[in-house]
Amino acid sequence: MIRLVTTTFDPGAELGRFCAGRDKSGAVASFVGLARGEGGAATALELEAYPGFTETEIARMAEAASERFSLHDVLIVHRHGPIAPGEPIVLVATASAHRREAFEACDYLMDYLKSQAPFWKKEHGPAGARWIEPSARDLDDIARWD
Amino acid sequence: MMRVLLFGRLGDLAGWREREFDPPLKTLAALRALIAAADPALGDAIAGKGVQTAVNKEIVRGDMVLPPGAEVAFLPPMSGG
Repeated sequence: MIRLVTTTFDPGAELGRFCAGRDKSGAVASFVGLARGEGGAATALELEAYPGFTETEIARMAEAASERFSLHDVLIVHRHGPIAPGEPIVLVATASAHRREAFEACDYLMDYLKSQAPFWKKEHGPAGARWIEPSARDLDDIARWD
Repeated sequence: MMRVLLFGRLGDLAGWREREFDPPLKTLAALRALIAAADPALGDAIAGKGVQTAVNKEIVRGDMVLPPGAEVAFLPPMSGG
């Protein structure tokens, strides 16, 4: 399930619901991304999405990950709009029969989200605002899966 | 009528993020040329490296005939998480 949200969310509660009533999956892995404050250099993060396109593209990638890693289920909750330091930006949870697939799929989905998911990220700070595009590290990370 | 959307740094550069074009342009190439004539910096930016184009929320490459009422979006490099 893919959800875009514009207000803060509770990753623990989301993960609890994702695990509830699951008796066929032996493993659930999760990742939570938080907005960094960068020691005061970043006062807010702003994520722009393309409603209708962003969800479809993420769902397509989640479908591919489910195939590749034999997942039973995937949950992605992603914020957009203004985000304060310390608030969650993204939660990825993956369920599979055994742990390896769940861990790897979670890692893969995060690499995809960082470099290819349709969001545009602007960091606001005392020195002004700047758009953040995928770093060389992000691009190396996604290339690991080719 | 057709709609053009700019995302990320492209919207800041142009000073608009959404604009309607009436009459609509027949092809993507004609739309790019019109944008470049009105705002050369934006024309360069939408032709720049890593900028993708979506027509009716599907990524396209090269030129194409635009369907009536098309929504064209210019998408600079994406980054979530």
